[in-house]
Amino acid sequence: MAGCDWRPTASLVNIKLRARILARIRAFFAAREVLEVETPVLSRAAVTDPNIESFSTLYAGPGLAGEARLYLHTSPEFPMKRLLASGSGPIYQIARVFRQGERGRQHNPEFSLLEWYRPGFGQRDLMREVADLVHEVLSAFVELGDTEYLSYAEAFERYAGIDPHHATVDELAACAAHHGIAPVPGLEYERDSWLELLLIHKVEPRLGEGRLTFIFDYPASQASLARIRKGTPDLAERFELYINGVEIANGFHELGDGTEQRERFAGELQKRERQGQIAVPMDEMLLAALESGLPDCAGVALGIDRLVMLAAGAAAIDEVLAFALERA
Amino acid sequence: MASYSTNEFKRGLKIMLDGDPYNIVENEFVKPGKGQAFNRVKVKNLKTGRTIERTFKSGESVEAADVLDIDMQYLYNDGEAWHFMHPDTFEQIGADENALGEEKKWLKEQDMCVVTLWDGVPISVTPPNHVILKVTETDPGVRGDTATGGTKPAVLETGAVVQVPLFIEEGDLLKVDTRSGEYISRAKEE
Repeated sequence: MAGCDWRPTASLVNIKLRARILARIRAFFAAREVLEVETPVLSRAAVTDPNIESFSTLYAGPGLAGEARLYLHTSPEFPMKRLLASGSGPIYQIARVFRQGERGRQHNPEFSLLEWYRPGFGQRDLMREVADLVHEVLSAFVELGDTEYLSYAEAFERYAGIDPHHATVDELAACAAHHGIAPVPGLEYERDSWLELLLIHKVEPRLGEGRLTFIFDYPASQASLARIRKGTPDLAERFELYINGVEIANGFHELGDGTEQRERFAGELQKRERQGQIAVPMDEMLLAALESGLPDCAGVALGIDRLVMLAAGAAAIDEVLAFALERA
Repeated sequence: MASYSTNEFKRGLKIMLDGDPYNIVENEFVKPGKGQAFNRVKVKNLKTGRTIERTFKSGESVEAADVLDIDMQYLYNDGEAWHFMHPDTFEQIGADENALGEEKKWLKEQDMCVVTLWDGVPISVTPPNHVILKVTETDPGVRGDTATGGTKPAVLETGAVVQVPLFIEEGDLLKVDTRSGEYISRAKEE
């Protein structure tokens, strides 16, 4: 087609920058003897999380009888855990992953994820290793201040002025109103919705100003695939890394209990049904692997594109993607 | 009733909020990795000009505002309304003080303006970016002073007051930027 915009959205400088960053990541893990692996992009099961939507496609041919629906992975987490359960030891993967409906200044529906797992690590050990990696990869490009570690409660108390674990739904609503956050049409007003609203408006923008800020110990209701530590209140051993207000990584002390994992998947599928979202098959292979025994481990997923954005000083993901969605 | 999904949100889209028409100034997709997706928007009230922030759940729909921008020629002010004419159809329409707001001080007869109609009624008027207006009142000019950089106020034929260089005289024609309210240069009779 004549006159159509076929050129890259990224500059050649940023395309080269990405290659250098990938090389640094691989060198980091080679030095620490973490094994690079590849797992399938297409899977018969999908993530059940109602906030993450998978793309799917159809396979026809030998191997699977009839026409089989296959889902593009949104993260390589499930098959990597199956490798861990079969004794792989520490592993990492650089994967292109796919998420339906996600497009914006920081989002492209396909993007690059660095995911790694460390048997014997807890959330604190892994946060430290994430900090080491980010410092090592970015040191040549940007100057970063001292790394900060804040619990989810400390972050909310500091930037939203509220105790996220004990405040009632009414108190959370009043807090949002106090900060001038207008009601959001169609939002299900549960605790977590209010916490998310306060997070994106008041907390996230303040995190990691010129440095790494880790948020850890999430509400148990936002555990996702993390272990829950019993206490008052129960807390999820989950962490997130922010730099300059942008989410860079999300990690867990991984849930190893197959029964509890099945219950969480089932709960998410029920929520999908309630919200009129499509049903997806839960990953029985993962559940079987957990039942056979996952080594105690921590794992993390880190957005490579956002790391490249930081190194490049880019304001939009398009500046570091060869061809963003509209030119794909 | 027409509506837009948040997926269609972009700069310049006109939507209804709390009964008023708004223009989307900025749209940002926000999605924590493990959380709900939102669109955070900055929107400008087309009646008051005030900009506010709103958050929408991604995928929700919002009512579209029936808003049209039309190029029209300013004719005259009859004390109550400012009258504009469509240059092709010669159709005339009157805009009230609320629609004009601050912009009335830039309106010169025969200039082409953008008139914003909501459900057929003018709600705002945007004058040309640059207008040429005559100075009706200012302190006497300082001859030859084109370099010292000093300024003084000057009243223009439409009533607008702008800061001008010291050498400007009453009766001079000035080119002014209506967006910033700043003097650009002297102008020649057209």
